[in-house]
Amino acid sequence: MTSRTALIDTKGWIFLAALAVFCLAVPLLNLGVAEGSGLHLPTYLVSLFGKYLAFALLALSLDLVWGYCGILSLGHGAFFGLGGYAMGMYLMRQIGPRGVYGNPVLPDFMVFLNYKELPWYWLGFDNFAFAALMVLAVPGLLAFVFGWLAFRSRVTGVYLSIITQAMTFALMLAFFRNDMGLGGNNGLTDFKDILGFPVQAQGTRVALFVATGIALALGYLVARFMTVSAYGKILIAVRDAEPRTRFLGYRPEHYKTLAFTVSAMMAGVAGALYVPQVGIINPGEFAPTNSIEAVIWVAVGGRGTLVGAALGAVIVNYAKTVLTGAMPDAWLFALGALFVVVTLFLPKGIVGSLIERFGGRRARAKLPPEPAIAPKLAEEGQG
Amino acid sequence: MIRILLLSLLLGLAAPALAQDAGPADAYARLASDSYGDIEAGIAGLAASGEPRAGAVLAALADGRLLYRPADRALFIKQGGGLVDARTGAPAQGDGLKPVRANNKIRRALDAAQGQLNLASPDPGKRREAADAVFKARDPVALPALDAALGRESDAGVKRALAAARAAVLLAKPGTPEADRLAALPAIQARGDGDAIAILRGLAAGDPSEAVKAAAARGIQAVETRLAVAAAAQNVWYGISLGSVLLLAAIGLAITFGVMGIINMAHGEMVMLGAYTTYLVQDAIRTHAPGLFDWSLAISIPCAFLVAGAVGVAIERGIIRFLYGRPLETLLATFGVSLILQQSVRSIFGPTNREVGSPAFMSGSFDFAGLAITWGRMWIVLFALGVFLGLLFVLRKTSFGLKTRAVTQNRRMAAAMGIRTPWVDAMTFGLGSGIAGIAGVALSQIDNVSPNLGQGYIIDSFLVVVFGGVGNLWGTLVAALTLGVANKLFEPYFGAVLAKIALLIFIILFIQKRPRGLFALKGRAVES
Amino acid sequence: MSDADLLEPPAADFAGPAGKRRVTDALLYLDDLKVTFDGYRALRGLSLTLDRGEMRAIIGPNGAGKTTMMDCITGKTRPDTGTALFDGVHDLRRLDEPAIADLGIGRKFQKPTVFESHTVADNILLALKGPRSGLASLFGWRNRVEAERIDALLAKVGLLAHRARPAADLSHGQKQWLEIGMLLAQDPKLLLVDEPVAGMTDAETAQTATLLREIARDHAVIVVEHDMHFVRALQCRVTCLHEGAVLAEGSIDAVSADPKVVEVYLGR
Repeated sequence: MTSRTALIDTKGWIFLAALAVFCLAVPLLNLGVAEGSGLHLPTYLVSLFGKYLAFALLALSLDLVWGYCGILSLGHGAFFGLGGYAMGMYLMRQIGPRGVYGNPVLPDFMVFLNYKELPWYWLGFDNFAFAALMVLAVPGLLAFVFGWLAFRSRVTGVYLSIITQAMTFALMLAFFRNDMGLGGNNGLTDFKDILGFPVQAQGTRVALFVATGIALALGYLVARFMTVSAYGKILIAVRDAEPRTRFLGYRPEHYKTLAFTVSAMMAGVAGALYVPQVGIINPGEFAPTNSIEAVIWVAVGGRGTLVGAALGAVIVNYAKTVLTGAMPDAWLFALGALFVVVTLFLPKGIVGSLIERFGGRRARAKLPPEPAIAPKLAEEGQG
Repeated sequence: MIRILLLSLLLGLAAPALAQDAGPADAYARLASDSYGDIEAGIAGLAASGEPRAGAVLAALADGRLLYRPADRALFIKQGGGLVDARTGAPAQGDGLKPVRANNKIRRALDAAQGQLNLASPDPGKRREAADAVFKARDPVALPALDAALGRESDAGVKRALAAARAAVLLAKPGTPEADRLAALPAIQARGDGDAIAILRGLAAGDPSEAVKAAAARGIQAVETRLAVAAAAQNVWYGISLGSVLLLAAIGLAITFGVMGIINMAHGEMVMLGAYTTYLVQDAIRTHAPGLFDWSLAISIPCAFLVAGAVGVAIERGIIRFLYGRPLETLLATFGVSLILQQSVRSIFGPTNREVGSPAFMSGSFDFAGLAITWGRMWIVLFALGVFLGLLFVLRKTSFGLKTRAVTQNRRMAAAMGIRTPWVDAMTFGLGSGIAGIAGVALSQIDNVSPNLGQGYIIDSFLVVVFGGVGNLWGTLVAALTLGVANKLFEPYFGAVLAKIALLIFIILFIQKRPRGLFALKGRAVES
Repeated sequence: MSDADLLEPPAADFAGPAGKRRVTDALLYLDDLKVTFDGYRALRGLSLTLDRGEMRAIIGPNGAGKTTMMDCITGKTRPDTGTALFDGVHDLRRLDEPAIADLGIGRKFQKPTVFESHTVADNILLALKGPRSGLASLFGWRNRVEAERIDALLAKVGLLAHRARPAADLSHGQKQWLEIGMLLAQDPKLLLVDEPVAGMTDAETAQTATLLREIARDHAVIVVEHDMHFVRALQCRVTCLHEGAVLAEGSIDAVSADPKVVEVYLGR
């Protein structure tokens, strides 16, 4: 007998099964049922659900670092956005001469801004494999550098949250600039094809939806693999008592950087799948508010549960769709109240509370105390 | 450049020759003509004549109101529907009148002539303007007038301008001896602006004398240095001004975050509430007591403090007190509060900007050592410093401040000594929020009062506090001013957005290097 | 390392860690350590030598510098001046906490610090000696540790029955033992044990003393403790610290009879 926990536990099976059913049912109801029938699922809903699943993957990535490592990133929207832009650049290059200005190489906004040739960082994005690599590499690299610097200097807790927020804010300002060569204010849009299939077509949309579902399942398995291994246990140990792990000989910065980087790549994939389904990527995705909103998805579902994070993303976004349609003014009230109510009354989130109630053999320990902040209870440094 | 020189050369050659035979009669006669050459000579003659009506006549010519009768060369000015005789100003009648025409060359001559006339004006401002006009036109005709004006000028500033104008004319005039040209350079240099550099550049490039060329090159350098220093000084002032805004926005946070360790994401909304309070106060004053308008800001300050402070206490009692020791969850809950506050204000006041007026003392500007300083900015800088010092006093010298510090340093011990820690928590949080409200009063003067007002400040405020060192008010002051000045000094090189991005990156890197900020509190940890 | 190396005179030809020449045969060699916090001199020239396999008890009133000394040894605090050598070759002043832990110095904290959301068994698992890299933990041996190995350690500290409970649920004394168990799993050359019996009953205290004596048979141990009965039960040399320097050193009887020590403890 070894001390390893099963890769997929009960709630994992339930989650994967539900996801599989969803990913089969949606295409079936959309493609398989005639348009007039009451059971027919309109194509716009397929893309809407696809968007939810992309958000679920973003929430999952956030839960990996927040739930298991105590890193409350308020900048995950940046990784999501970067992945989205990488995909957007590929989609722009696929437009070819079909743009308004008919330039075979330059996207419309570049022609408009009098670009003579493609900036160097656009090279290679006509190739899907390269773009897919960049979807992983760009957010991954940023997270690696940022994380390595921050974790090595033992920047933790709210300080880390604040600088991640500053990071996404800086990126937002940068992407708003026309000189950035990424469409400025308007971002990238008017996509035509993906891998040769028209993005607007019903079949493509269904395929994108299914791809997002598969990516979510894979993301779950990767995150689960990491968290049930000894690595995950050390990660949790770092979350609960980082200084203590050092005295055991662990280097928390290595563990955190790895988790942060993998998480950023997942967020990048989520962004890349989100963009073709909504048809646009613009600097607004980098807005700090978006990143904080993603945090509340995780909190609602239950942090440190992975499944909960995905579920929280879908629930909150469904509520957003319904509410903004019915009473636009009420949405921000509801979202604000959600933040307050969840932190005060449902600190473990929906799934966390369910596990506690019906979890059976393993009564989970109460939520670990977070590292208190300086100067009151300085844990590190000069002490 | 060369074209301007050529033009002035042409002017210089043509005008004096024709204007020698002075006498206003001749000048008037020449004006009443169809020939541009004559008109130009007439203008120069009139300007040099010292004729009292010259100003009015030239002004009429500039406006196209000067008419003449070809038959007898009589001149009339169209004035208020009727005619007056140009030479006397007496009402007159006339038929078959033709306007005296003007082309570009005439207009230039007119400008120079009017400049010459204004040199004798009793108003120093006018004289200075005239000197500047001559400086730009560089018409040698003006030399005698300039010399005369220099002789009787008593105002130092105008004198400098006159000297520069004279030097410019001398330098532009062909045939000025090398020694005079060299002697003229310092006056140009003393002017020290872009026009001076332009003249010096022309000399450095085209003057036949090597000595003048070299002196001009040195002059360019001196002026450029001076301009750079002036620009830097102006930017530093803008930076201090921006820094004071950052200080105002961050100072409340320095208490709630720095002293209490609470992450209040709704801090920006406290600022916003302060700004809306100002709006409401002004609205009430406008309808009920318009005479008090200049006092509206002074009245708003306590109101904003109370409104934001009360909301702060409510947030602390209602939410934050359940979350002590869980800073990240406090962050999320207060972010929720910020959304609710924003949406409430949007629902009540609408999403558009509200107009907040400025009292009289906030408008206008003054000149300080060559810097143009607006009163509004000046007051905000002073106000920010005042708030800072006031807060410092409250925390250091009052019993409330003592209690706050006691609770912060050792909550249980403070409680054991009979301090009502929950009360202190609520009041301290209320104080921080109230100060954010006060900041809103000041920011309503320079920013759009909209529901999003606070969002623009929250990230900056946190960075200021973290950069300065948490728990250290002086650190906050230094950080705010440093960031403000650095931002404004970067701006000319990178542009506003990149400067901002550069600063954000700088702070991110800085926090890696010194996680506790500029002025870290040291000491053995409370917990091992 | 041959005996000839061990006999080399100290300091004379010290070549630093790079040279790996042993300058002292003591396991731990602290000389003239000074630490200042914001003007407060926590250590004022502390010197202490610990032999291989030795157990040493450190006593001293509050503020004597006991915990600061531990911090200096484990890399948490960097001394301003002085020498700190481990095994005669490793300059502890140049290393950070994980590197020092890797050398074989384990620490139990004054306030028991275990990983509360992990089970008792997982706490031991994470402490087990072996490669600490992220990849090793993701794919490597730590995922295939036999339960028997962990159980043997848990039996030693009397926590076998609690192996599946979250560490948060343990009593204060049990957490102390779990931390000692984690130290054993680390199998360090030197154990630093800070106030191991605080909050324990007399019976538990006696048990702990027995356990530590057993550990001391094949490990060097430094125990910081206030409880004089416990220190006596350890049957080892005692060092008394006062105001950041050594006040007295010797057997428990000699130290407790020392008039300077009596003065420090009872006041003037």
